[in-house]
Amino acid sequence: MFYREAGQFKASYREDQQIFPIRQDRIGIVAAIVFFFLVVPLIANQYWLQAILTPVLIFSLAALGLNILTGYAGQLSLGSAAFMAVGAFGTYNFMLRMDGIPFLVALVLGGLCAAVVGILFGLPSLRIKGFYLAVATLAAQFFIVWVLVKFGWFSNHSTSGVITAQHVEILGYTFDSPLSKYLLTLAVVVVFALLAKNMVRSATGRKWMAVRDMDVAAEVIGIRLMGTKLQAFAISSFYCGVAGALYAYMYLGTVEPEGFNLDLSFKILFMIIIGGVGSILGSFIGAAFIVLLPVFLNVAMHTSLGEFIPANIAANLELIIFGGMIVFFLIVEPHGLARLWQIAKEKLRIWPFPH
Amino acid sequence: MAREIGEVILDLQNISLRFGGVKALTDISFNVRKHEIRAIIGPNGAGKSSMLNVINGVYHPQEGTIMFHGKPRKDMEPHMAASQGIARTFQNIALFKGMSVLDNIMTGRNLMMKSNFLQHALFLGSARREEIEHRKKVEEVIEFLEIQSIRKTPVGRLPYGLQKRVELARALAAEPSLLLLDEPMAGMNVEEKQDMCRFVLDVNDQFGTTIVLIEHDMGVVMDISDRVVVLDYGKKIGDGVPDEVKNDPAVIEAYLGTSH
Repeated sequence: MFYREAGQFKASYREDQQIFPIRQDRIGIVAAIVFFFLVVPLIANQYWLQAILTPVLIFSLAALGLNILTGYAGQLSLGSAAFMAVGAFGTYNFMLRMDGIPFLVALVLGGLCAAVVGILFGLPSLRIKGFYLAVATLAAQFFIVWVLVKFGWFSNHSTSGVITAQHVEILGYTFDSPLSKYLLTLAVVVVFALLAKNMVRSATGRKWMAVRDMDVAAEVIGIRLMGTKLQAFAISSFYCGVAGALYAYMYLGTVEPEGFNLDLSFKILFMIIIGGVGSILGSFIGAAFIVLLPVFLNVAMHTSLGEFIPANIAANLELIIFGGMIVFFLIVEPHGLARLWQIAKEKLRIWPFPH
Repeated sequence: MAREIGEVILDLQNISLRFGGVKALTDISFNVRKHEIRAIIGPNGAGKSSMLNVINGVYHPQEGTIMFHGKPRKDMEPHMAASQGIARTFQNIALFKGMSVLDNIMTGRNLMMKSNFLQHALFLGSARREEIEHRKKVEEVIEFLEIQSIRKTPVGRLPYGLQKRVELARALAAEPSLLLLDEPMAGMNVEEKQDMCRFVLDVNDQFGTTIVLIEHDMGVVMDISDRVVVLDYGKKIGDGVPDEVKNDPAVIEAYLGTSH
């Protein structure tokens, strides 16, 4: 009833090919952007901004990067955290070694470093596929973290490779409050999400999906597998790199290479699996799910059973419920939460008269 | 029909293809003339699909030469064949399952799209214009093959016959000069076959596309093709117009069974 395209006629291909062809979607997106830019700063407290919203946004960006590679181009990777590390350390070094470089420039340069490294570790994808490729990208995960610890230059010779993010200043404004960091992160993430959306709905995205769905046929219609796969690796790593830099600068403040370990890579992989492989919205839903659910469980535990069971059992119980809910959602919809949302939209189109 | 069969555009000479010790094709020579419908027939395992794979560069024959448009080519990669105007469909449908019909057909225009990923990311100006321009072309193909109503449907949800048609649409979107069809009518009922035959003939007639086709339905082959080449166990055992081939004793024995 509320989500229906009836009466929205497309009179030109230009109209049919706009980024959100359905009016309700456009309204929804604008409403969401307004909400997160204007309303959230008014209602959210420091804790929410700093410990929940900012990391959700950063993980969304990393998940989006992995989704480009795995969800759209079909190349499995377990190296996302390593590419995040490259982005974080790249940005750190640009900030450190180039006086007066604007933060956003350093951010993009850090992302580009990650892209280059991503291409290098994407080379095995030309020969191997699927799980075997995932194992090959593990090499990136261990090698990069090792390099960052081993060679002090990357962390300006601090002990065990810890870096402390410099102050971020854009046009004379210092981003040090949780609110300002949240807004900057949000702006970056929104821009990159829109760019990703544009890529996946145009020839670039079609090439990725063609390689994912049927590589022989893709080759036969003239898509170069090598170029397409490496491009996906580069762009995906760029996104992860930018996310990694934001992770260091906007969220944690100090990071060490060991912080970008395999656990983090898996976490990002779970985000896209739960959120939806091959869906931009799914990256956001997945990140929110993985970050928020433990928090909700924790709060729920404390308010309901906090008096009856000891804290350590409660903590374990939370993990059990968390795992159980992941399994539950995967059984309900193996294609991720974004797919549930899509099904809901399809139902809503004809609701309340399905016949 | 005022069809004019032109000069030879594809000339295969003494093609031999081996996979280890298995001889898939042995010393096969035949040619394809401009604007004709050339059928390749033969029993299962005769090497027909291998032949198509040789033509569009998926397999590289150990011996023999291939002349396309008068130029010899050696060890060509599939995307190079595509850029020279060779398109094909597959025996087992090879569509991009996760994409809509429209996107599938749009990939057929991939080689003609010049903008890069940065332009796509911004989706302004030239990228948008290009997208719309190619969309127009794709819509022509969609109209030609009468699949307007399903253009936004994910191909995975379509019935078999329509998937075959979408695959043909994707090949046609590339505006090929040589179209390779690997069993376009396999697994179809009579009506679907008739539709497909009509489309193949129309493509040949209206766009002047040269067609090389593999088909098992003898009625179809004899009806629509100009010349037929017959393979058996990787060897060529017959070549000529349908009537000739039909009466060739070697062909009858190998393919249609012994004479009764």
